[in-house]
Amino acid sequence: MQYMCLIYSQEGKGPQPGTEEFGGYMQAYMTFTKTMKDAGKLVAGDALNPVATATTVSVRDGKTEIVDGPFAETKEQLGGYYLLECDDLDDALKCAAMIPTAEHGRIEVRPVMIFD
Amino acid sequence: MPPPVSQLNDSAAHIARLIREDWGRILAALTASIGDYTLAEDSLQDAVVSALQTWPEKGMPNSAAAWLIAVARRKALDRLRRQKTMTQKEDELAHWLEVQHENEDIDIGTIPDQRLELIYTCCHPALDQKSRVALTLRALGGLSTEHIAKAFLDKTDAMAARLTRAKKKLSAAGIAFKLPEPEDIVPRTEAVLRVIYLIFNEGAHASNGDLTRADLVGEAIRLGRILCVLLPEHAETKGLLALMLLSDSRRFARVDAHGDFVPLEAQNRARWDRAKITEGLALVEASLSKGPAGPYAIQAAISALHAQASVFDDTDWPQIVALYEVLQSRAPNPILTVNQAVALSYAQTPDAGLALLDRVAQDPKLAAYQPYHTCRADLLARMGRAGDAALSYQRAIDLSPSKAQARFLQLRLDALQNT
Repeated sequence: MQYMCLIYSQEGKGPQPGTEEFGGYMQAYMTFTKTMKDAGKLVAGDALNPVATATTVSVRDGKTEIVDGPFAETKEQLGGYYLLECDDLDDALKCAAMIPTAEHGRIEVRPVMIFD
Repeated sequence: MPPPVSQLNDSAAHIARLIREDWGRILAALTASIGDYTLAEDSLQDAVVSALQTWPEKGMPNSAAAWLIAVARRKALDRLRRQKTMTQKEDELAHWLEVQHENEDIDIGTIPDQRLELIYTCCHPALDQKSRVALTLRALGGLSTEHIAKAFLDKTDAMAARLTRAKKKLSAAGIAFKLPEPEDIVPRTEAVLRVIYLIFNEGAHASNGDLTRADLVGEAIRLGRILCVLLPEHAETKGLLALMLLSDSRRFARVDAHGDFVPLEAQNRARWDRAKITEGLALVEASLSKGPAGPYAIQAAISALHAQASVFDDTDWPQIVALYEVLQSRAPNPILTVNQAVALSYAQTPDAGLALLDRVAQDPKLAAYQPYHTCRADLLARMGRAGDAALSYQRAIDLSPSKAQARFLQLRLDALQNT
């Protein structure tokens, strides 16, 4: 089964670029990605630019509306994702717990819907 | 040859009871082979409907369990075929079911007992707490949605919706039918313990009309024993087993020859099950020696104090009150307050007990909680407030889940009015 691990955290929380911890944080991400790849679980994974770069699009009555910012103003923002191939939910939850941001943010694990 | 139909107690209720005895084991076997809980449960339910139609007419099969498994597999195949499309997995399953169909001689004795897999699946942390308990009562206890709702003091519709949501999540989220990984077993067990205790209580307090449902009590104790073997170092598992054994040791003293309920103070203590008490006391000790006592071990210790009193008047009530205070300080619970009020009424006075009860009187959980009204009535009666006591007894009678309890309370009410 494929699971989408959505990585949420408060921007500005956790290791920041330019600090000493940031190098270790990035290293931990590289290690995690490699571990998933070696285990044959990695389908995709990316980090996203900060929420300040987000634009939200909607179409109502044929009219496209474009708004600056994310669709919802929440404390914790989507900062990246991993799409993983896992045996079952337990497997996916264990992988998600290894994502470095889990230490200060939260990982939402969602099974990918299968259409036959 | 099956006995003639006329000799059978073939009422639908009787058959339903028979089926429920085997429900958990059959459902576990079906889930293990079919791989999908919802399909397994729906198919078993279909098979039960067939049984209720077929058995009264044609007589009981030799093995009800084997019959139900065979029919449920056929029903699962029907259900799969009714779908417009099948995934590859479902296609393989349908094929497997067809092969099984040709080989109908199921020997229930050779089917492994996978109820433990079933209980860990039902208690998965990805389900919310209440759903775990509900699903386990449904899957393992074979209880109807209505009974589960009653055990929760909840509405049937809300419970049905909860069960549907939980089952949907099991399959859509990929919650596997398996035992937890060794490193997860301790946290995953806490939820299982809670669920087992609820099954035990369902059996002991029986909301289905019987005074005791020995099968459910036995089932809870059996699951408790298996967990003790799996988790020899887990203090609370021992605490829970001790609690269940000590409480169950009084089962036969709790009912008189007429099937009427006998309260603790009137029980013939010679009828308490000494073997269960001995085992329970040893488990309490073992559990308490393993570090800070958890809630089950403390409740078991309370039960142990009752077990150790040779007559009611020797009960160490102050110690029992103290243990309830420890429990309440960790997790306040109005249901515990009811028991605490009884202990306090003997350790001090009925007035003190009533004062404690008054502090939780507005709690919505207690409005339909029968033991609350019984406790209130008893305390008022002991205080000589016969009129108020009568009102509470009447409320308790109306809420009684079993006829035996209602009869017992009616006797108390009559005694009150005759004085």
